[in-house]
Amino acid sequence: MTPAISARGLARHFGKVIAVDGIDLDVPRAQIYGFLGPNGSGKSTTIRMLCGLLVPTRGTVDVLGYAVPRDAEILRRKLGYMTQRFSLWEDLTVEENLEFMGRVYGIDRALRRERIRDRVANYDLAAIASQRAGTLSGGERQRLALAAATLHNPELLLLDEPTSAVDPQSRRDFWENLFALVARGTTILVSTHYMDEAERCHRLAILDLGRVAAEGEPKVLVRDIDAAVIEIECGDLVAARRALGSVPAIRSIAQLGNRLRVLMPRDARDPERELRAALAPHCPEARVERVAASLEDVFVAATRLRRESATRERAA
Amino acid sequence: MIWFARLFAIAAKEVRQLSRDRITVGLIVGIPTIQLLLFGYAINFDVRGVSTAVLDQARTSLSRRLVGDLGATQVLGEIRQAGSERELRRLIQRGDANVGIVIAPDVERRIAEGDRAAMQILVDGSRPALENVAQGLTGIPLLRRAGMPAPHRPVEIIVAYNPAKRTAVQIVPALCGVILTMTMVIFTASAIVRERERGNLELLITTPVSVVQLMTGKLLPYVAIGLIQTTLILVLGYWLFDVPVTGSLVDLYLGALLFIAASLSLGLLISTVARTQFQAMQMAIVTMLPSILMSGFMFPFEGMPKAAQWIAQVLPLTHFNEIIRGIVLRGATLWDMRPELAKLAVFLAVTLTLSIKRFHKRLD
Repeated sequence: MTPAISARGLARHFGKVIAVDGIDLDVPRAQIYGFLGPNGSGKSTTIRMLCGLLVPTRGTVDVLGYAVPRDAEILRRKLGYMTQRFSLWEDLTVEENLEFMGRVYGIDRALRRERIRDRVANYDLAAIASQRAGTLSGGERQRLALAAATLHNPELLLLDEPTSAVDPQSRRDFWENLFALVARGTTILVSTHYMDEAERCHRLAILDLGRVAAEGEPKVLVRDIDAAVIEIECGDLVAARRALGSVPAIRSIAQLGNRLRVLMPRDARDPERELRAALAPHCPEARVERVAASLEDVFVAATRLRRESATRERAA
Repeated sequence: MIWFARLFAIAAKEVRQLSRDRITVGLIVGIPTIQLLLFGYAINFDVRGVSTAVLDQARTSLSRRLVGDLGATQVLGEIRQAGSERELRRLIQRGDANVGIVIAPDVERRIAEGDRAAMQILVDGSRPALENVAQGLTGIPLLRRAGMPAPHRPVEIIVAYNPAKRTAVQIVPALCGVILTMTMVIFTASAIVRERERGNLELLITTPVSVVQLMTGKLLPYVAIGLIQTTLILVLGYWLFDVPVTGSLVDLYLGALLFIAASLSLGLLISTVARTQFQAMQMAIVTMLPSILMSGFMFPFEGMPKAAQWIAQVLPLTHFNEIIRGIVLRGATLWDMRPELAKLAVFLAVTLTLSIKRFHKRLD
């Protein structure tokens, strides 16, 4: 089957700022595809180019078989879009918002009623149906936004950081809803900066500085990480950090409670020994141990690597 | 069918949101009412009871009759006698009198010969509108009634269509245009910019709604509001200021409809430029002030410099003022007003085209 979205060399400049810098993308159908990246990595800009809201500076986009932005208008009937910010009408009630969106999508009366009833039940909106959207909590708003974005049964759902203002339980429920949609054949593209959300995706593209830094299934990304992950446990972490400053190969250090998580190059011959040697004079009791990588390690390794090579390029 | 269903979905949503915005609903009725009361009662170009000093150097029965006739016009109020020219000037200087009248000693001969002024009128130039009063006084046919031959320049001013010279009659119809300009431009400009500000527009433009549906749907409710305001102004004008509609009501509403459409599309154009409601408001005011000052609402259009007259030609209010004054006061028909209607139509077509060109369903 052809991918739901495929993009080649996609780029977008805003004046001198390069928001997206040549992205290749293949999003398979009926899966959840994640964009993981820090703020300003080009996630929103890419999503906006995919739905025709922004015209690419360079590159081609094909969404559900339509060339964007040329055929954006036809595509809009098959596309659901949830903006980063809540963008339904705060002075309308939950039901009125759904009714309005249904009419805008041209769903006829009987079907519209049925769909609204269905979404209200599925997304747990019955209790707040006649409440104005402006008075809803973050989780409720997000359920309403998802209900509105799926009223016309879109083939593709674009979600731009949908859970940034939502508590953990609501996030869990939200993802259950997404998987239910995928089970019915919907393709979902979701951007996030939460690792736990990224882990739930079928596939993932790690975006950094407007480029794809790594791409693949989360499990494979973790397995094939381009780094050795080592944890250090010791009494005086401040001293340990200082001691590690003498090891130039270290790519990153992060503290987790009373441990340090250190990323070393994958090709280092015996990274544990090198670290132990560096730590010995200052904290001889330190425990150094190689551990399995997490998605966050993948993220750090991928983005650090790119930034370093970018710096090197600039220096050269 | 679906096309219109979408348009009406937008319009219905707009009405629902409007009806929940109590302050805006209040403004729809409040702006015309307050402005009408304010302008109707406060703006008054009529001058009555001007305090006057008279220096009668002739002291004949004719000159006394002249003074009596002047007093009989309501334009002059209290008339003081001055003993000398110096006293007369002092009275004016102190502000005790705003107009001074000097009757020459040989007034009878002057009137008879008719080549020299029999009467001098001194006007306090620091006060507006008084010069007009002086002009008006020369038109009082008092000299003829004095049983003498008519002077060689019998200035006579005939005021047609507003014989009582009541300002309200001129003001109320023109006020209709001013109020519509104020509300229509601001309402539409902010209605669309508000959706942009709140992020609603980003969602709306990813739906199948077309630009024309979106714009028409959003403007329709305001057309209705404009017609309601027009009605309110006419009814209040009739009740409070006795301003009758001489021409046809159908013509009047059709003309108003065209003007409302022109004002709305101006608001629309502003909304495609402004990024925030604050910007939209300022741009609306920038277009509003010249409309009020240059359209002939406050000052006669004819007195303005050529460049200003050109600018005034661009303002829809200038043409609507002509149309509504024509229909309401002079009983003109729409057919009589076709040059003005054509100019309004051109304005509408140009602004609408520009707005639709500027507004695209994209963020860049």
